[in-house]
Amino acid sequence: MISKKDVQYISHLSRIYTDDHEAEALAKNLEGILTYIEKLKKLDIKNVKPTSHVLPLKNVFRDDILKESLGQKNATKIAVKSEKGSFKVPQVIE
Amino acid sequence: MKLNELTAHELLDLIKTKKETAASIFSAVKRAIDALDKKINAYAHISEKPIESTDSSKENPIPIAIKDNICIKDYLTTCSSHILEGFKPPYNATVVNKLLDSGALITGHANMDEFAFGSSTETSFFGPTRNPWNLECVPGGSSGGSAAAVAANEAIWALGSDTGGSIRQPASFCGVVGLKPTYGRVSRYGLIAFASSLDQIGPLTKDVEDSALLLNLISGHDEMDSTSANLSVPDYAKALTGDIRNLKIGIPKEYFIEGIDPEVKTNIMEAIEVLKKKGAQFKEISLPHTEYAVATYYILATAEASSNLARFDGVEYGLRCHPKEKRRTPIIDMYEETRRQGFGQEAKRRIMLGTYSLSSGYYDAYYLRAQKVRTLIKNDFDEAFKEFDAILTPTSPTTAFKIGEKASDPLSMYLSDIYTISANLAGIPALSLPCGFSKDGLPIGLQVMAKPFDEEMIFRVAHTYEQNTDWHKKKVTL
Repeated sequence: MISKKDVQYISHLSRIYTDDHEAEALAKNLEGILTYIEKLKKLDIKNVKPTSHVLPLKNVFRDDILKESLGQKNATKIAVKSEKGSFKVPQVIE
Repeated sequence: MKLNELTAHELLDLIKTKKETAASIFSAVKRAIDALDKKINAYAHISEKPIESTDSSKENPIPIAIKDNICIKDYLTTCSSHILEGFKPPYNATVVNKLLDSGALITGHANMDEFAFGSSTETSFFGPTRNPWNLECVPGGSSGGSAAAVAANEAIWALGSDTGGSIRQPASFCGVVGLKPTYGRVSRYGLIAFASSLDQIGPLTKDVEDSALLLNLISGHDEMDSTSANLSVPDYAKALTGDIRNLKIGIPKEYFIEGIDPEVKTNIMEAIEVLKKKGAQFKEISLPHTEYAVATYYILATAEASSNLARFDGVEYGLRCHPKEKRRTPIIDMYEETRRQGFGQEAKRRIMLGTYSLSSGYYDAYYLRAQKVRTLIKNDFDEAFKEFDAILTPTSPTTAFKIGEKASDPLSMYLSDIYTISANLAGIPALSLPCGFSKDGLPIGLQVMAKPFDEEMIFRVAHTYEQNTDWHKKKVTL
């Protein structure tokens, strides 16, 4: 069972504010999906290795050569707010 | 026939023989966009002039629509989401660079489900796209704008992205050809990530030959994407031989059980007969873990999405919002309010589901278990491809559904991807092509799958089918 309180906890972890009404609706939705997902418990997976990725890739490196990059000016051109070439955010430390 | 109704290979012939110019082709497409897109809403952002490169090879000056999650430098790229309002990337995706180098004329960004979360293109911040075959119906999703643009001749071809069927299912619903290449075949650099272990960019086109030509243009290793495969790329056009004699094709019995529309089943059976006549051999096979694919996918894809979408927080680009009253600290309030207002319902649902399955105490029960079931699903395909050259299935259990029909029931929406999700989990290539119409006049899609990096096999089978049927020639009347 997933409660409204659970949803509010997950919503904070996800950094998405939800009010009481939204949390209630989400609890119902998530409950339905999680019930469906329960079917995976029927399978015996004791000796199965997990797949995180389908390609047999390990430690992909490239040569350590200096290349042109975006640069501060281009990077902050898209900023919501910027000052002196930096991204400006609300107060972090109270 | 109007220029915008032709395929890319037909147009390239006209350009080569100097019967038409790139400019007149672009104008024909632009006229169609201006006349139709208010009705169809295939585009999230329409470019008045073609987006092109001045120093291109000019070999392929074909108008193309690009899904709104693939970065185009200095052009609105928004994943059809409010949270990316006004975002213009400072760089091009690798596929965009490759296309521009080849002379492509980009028409704009195609509409999509927000962040590719959906199977109907109803969750777009810019409103739903409509199916050109029936405006009351969805075009499928999440690349519904790309598929509808090609079907309505508002683009000659298009790029989409496919995480669980997002190219193939809309291709099926809109009566066009859609390919999800092998994971690693096409660079994902500049594709705004949904689920990084599943996402793949691919072509939506009017026929199989165009699909092969467009894959030629976008494939290959890219050092900007460490998961792109460092393998040589064949000329896919050479795979269109029309010869499928003695190929062994498997029909998985798990794809023909309850829930499949009888009209879809009949058309797939008829397609099998067409291919049998051309010399292919068919046998029923079993992919025993098929019924677990959707559940596995919705754990893994949402977990990856919850992590990938953490970057949209109002700090650097896009939307930034503040609540009216103080709740926690100024910075946390900014994150939480930006994401509250910036994301739609389905995006919130998926981020939260993913966060839940990755959270302390639930990780082993959900995420790790799903990764193990993914191994079982992949093993099913590995086994099948030891004996078979290709696998044939329907693309979707039904034809296009009505707008609003599944919008309030997330689970029934998720189940519309039941036949496409396994290919993403296994990393294999899969293509959807038209194989008939329902009595209501809606297209039906046939899915062809092959082993990793064997897109040539898919093209060979699909092209042979297409050359012996007329479905791809049927045009939308609008």
